[in-house]
Amino acid sequence: MKYYRSHVLVCIDPECLSKGAHDVMDALQDELVAEGLIDEIQVLETSRIGGCIHGPEIMVYPEGVHYTNLTADDIPFLVEEHFLKGRIAQKFLEVETTVADEELRAPKSKEIRIVLRNCGIIDPENIEDYIAEDGYLGLGKALSEMSPSQVIDTVIASGLRGRGGAGFPAAKKWSFVAAKNDPIKYLICNADEGDPGAFMNRRVLEGDPHSVIEGMIIAAYAAGIHQGYIYCRAEYPIAVRTLNLAIKQARAIGFLGKDILGSGFDFDLEVRMGAGAFVCGEETALMASIEGKRGEPRPRPPFPADSGLWGKPTNVNNVETYANVSQIILKGAKWFASMGNEKSKGTKTFAIAGDIKNSGLIEVPFGITLRDVVYDVCGGIKDDKAFKAIQTGGPMGGCLPATYLDLPIDYESLTAAGSMMGSGGLIVMDEDTCMVDIARFFMEFTQDESCGKCTPCRVGTRRILDILENICAGKGKDGDIETLEMLCNEIKVTSLCGLGQGAPTPVESTLKHFRAEYEAHIYEKRCPSKVCKALIRYDILPDVCTGCTVCARNCPVNAISGERRQAHLIDPDICVRCGICMQVCNFNAIEIR
Amino acid sequence: MASDLSITDKVHTAVQSAIKKYGAKDDELIPILTHVNHEIGYLPSQALEELSVLLRTPKSKLFTVASFYEMLSTIPVGKHVIRFCESAPCHVVGGRLVYQALLEHLEVEPGQTTKDGKWTLLTTSCLGICGVGPAFIIDDDVYGNVTASQVPDILAKYQ
Repeated sequence: MKYYRSHVLVCIDPECLSKGAHDVMDALQDELVAEGLIDEIQVLETSRIGGCIHGPEIMVYPEGVHYTNLTADDIPFLVEEHFLKGRIAQKFLEVETTVADEELRAPKSKEIRIVLRNCGIIDPENIEDYIAEDGYLGLGKALSEMSPSQVIDTVIASGLRGRGGAGFPAAKKWSFVAAKNDPIKYLICNADEGDPGAFMNRRVLEGDPHSVIEGMIIAAYAAGIHQGYIYCRAEYPIAVRTLNLAIKQARAIGFLGKDILGSGFDFDLEVRMGAGAFVCGEETALMASIEGKRGEPRPRPPFPADSGLWGKPTNVNNVETYANVSQIILKGAKWFASMGNEKSKGTKTFAIAGDIKNSGLIEVPFGITLRDVVYDVCGGIKDDKAFKAIQTGGPMGGCLPATYLDLPIDYESLTAAGSMMGSGGLIVMDEDTCMVDIARFFMEFTQDESCGKCTPCRVGTRRILDILENICAGKGKDGDIETLEMLCNEIKVTSLCGLGQGAPTPVESTLKHFRAEYEAHIYEKRCPSKVCKALIRYDILPDVCTGCTVCARNCPVNAISGERRQAHLIDPDICVRCGICMQVCNFNAIEIR
Repeated sequence: MASDLSITDKVHTAVQSAIKKYGAKDDELIPILTHVNHEIGYLPSQALEELSVLLRTPKSKLFTVASFYEMLSTIPVGKHVIRFCESAPCHVVGGRLVYQALLEHLEVEPGQTTKDGKWTLLTTSCLGICGVGPAFIIDDDVYGNVTASQVPDILAKYQ
């Protein structure tokens, strides 16, 4: 094999070609021959090194220098500067148009990216990009060097647990299905990521779909399954499109279909789209939805491994779980188990939102503290306000106060603290958030998404919501807190599925950690965070008001009176607390009490 | 009558194209209903009747499915549909004010269609674009980082 000191990649995508990429390439070859460098420097064709907007463009390795806007005439100068004199030709250097990725920033030191390793780096619509990053190598290893039971043993040894929230050991589920002798078995990827604020799976599906597909093929091989479905929610049309394209490409190369990689193993995949129902993320509801029915959960057992899709043994895992699999096969169980803490291994992706400086996606090893996530990885609270609470685990998770900031993030610790891991949504709230309002808000969500099949969830969530709405409206009464506690407990114990069992958690956790706020609402008719409209009033500070009349002119209900150049007055009986006066006042003369 | 006829035809065509695309199988029911809903804007009674015959499934069963999912509608909707993200990340960054602005500007109640039939205001669960909340979708266009004061300008773009 010949060794070169440098490689030059020339983009030959249609747009670059139309701008003369071939001329540039020919000129490059000629110039290298003329300078006697052709044995040292190799010229290769490639695609998509930039966006082709500034084509023709080339990439020079090992330096990783990206030159754009080239013509054949520029080549002699470039070769002399770069390859003879060893200087970077500044003139052609790529203009840094750093597209700010709002979702996925450059990783912080405390982050480890496994699931998100390729997101934003490779072209998700090009399978070759994925293959270049060791894609499908894990599949090759599994199919050619490992038996199905070895795959299961390796993944069990790695400690990979279900990333959908429950945290059940992934490969243990596979072994249940593998033990079934039924010729028809199904593998499902749960991509019905519905938790508000959680969009980790969307990013993986849109940015690195093949990592999920590869993981699914390996899992199917381990469990002896030949047909798979990816159930993706309708709110993610781009993910559905990317997945369909990725499946087509994988099928064309032979990673899906009959006799994969000559191993004799058959497996094919199909994408199924939901139609907007949160409860379909629950696995039995999800299967009903794939069958074309109302997505209502049913009691378990029987578990899907015994009787799942169309009554057949079925394995259901989450997107993130599958995305981990090929790396485990490739790098080994020990490598994976070296990250995380005692019972939770590997990394977890989180979507962090709310009053936080750097919102978006992060991937951190298990065991990291909430404090590190909020203040180190995500840069702290927006506008440097005080931290009030963090909600983990989505709408059925709990709100944890500042005293829990040093809690390590893992399945057991979060559950013990009265919250849960969930799928990975984190919502940070600052001092201006009213916790009763937040509890009311989450209850509104679960009440709305309750499918109505079982009574505790359908009626119970409605009752909790009624009480919370009354409290926020200033109509709370003695005994409300006790009624809430009783309802929470009963709904939790008697509901059919995870939605109902988890629905009271936001109320329970806020009652536990922020009871004083409930009491202020009920007994003092006061909203300490000045959020609940019925419990606040807007007032004009007479010393600051200049009488400019802006507020009076903008008030939608004419609640503000006063002469020009005289201090104005808000009539609290007419005021609807819309806050417009406060927004339009140029002198900060309006305050909330 | 002429317009009624054309609607009947349109529904018929939409049903036929859905069946052609997905086959007359009831496990494809959700893709079929989604297709018809997309073509017509909602699922008229006629569509469910035709599908009932083609899929050999009672209309009542089709209706239970059609009424279960939020992306499917059994009642007519306006020319443009706004789906406002009502989830927590948008809520805590001021989604409430934007929603209020939409309600006031359109003069509708949540979930209703304006009198002129131009707008339907619906809420949706998380759109997964929490980094740019508050967010909503009009038809297929996504709007992020919306403030209450931008609402009139955004709505004015639609005829």
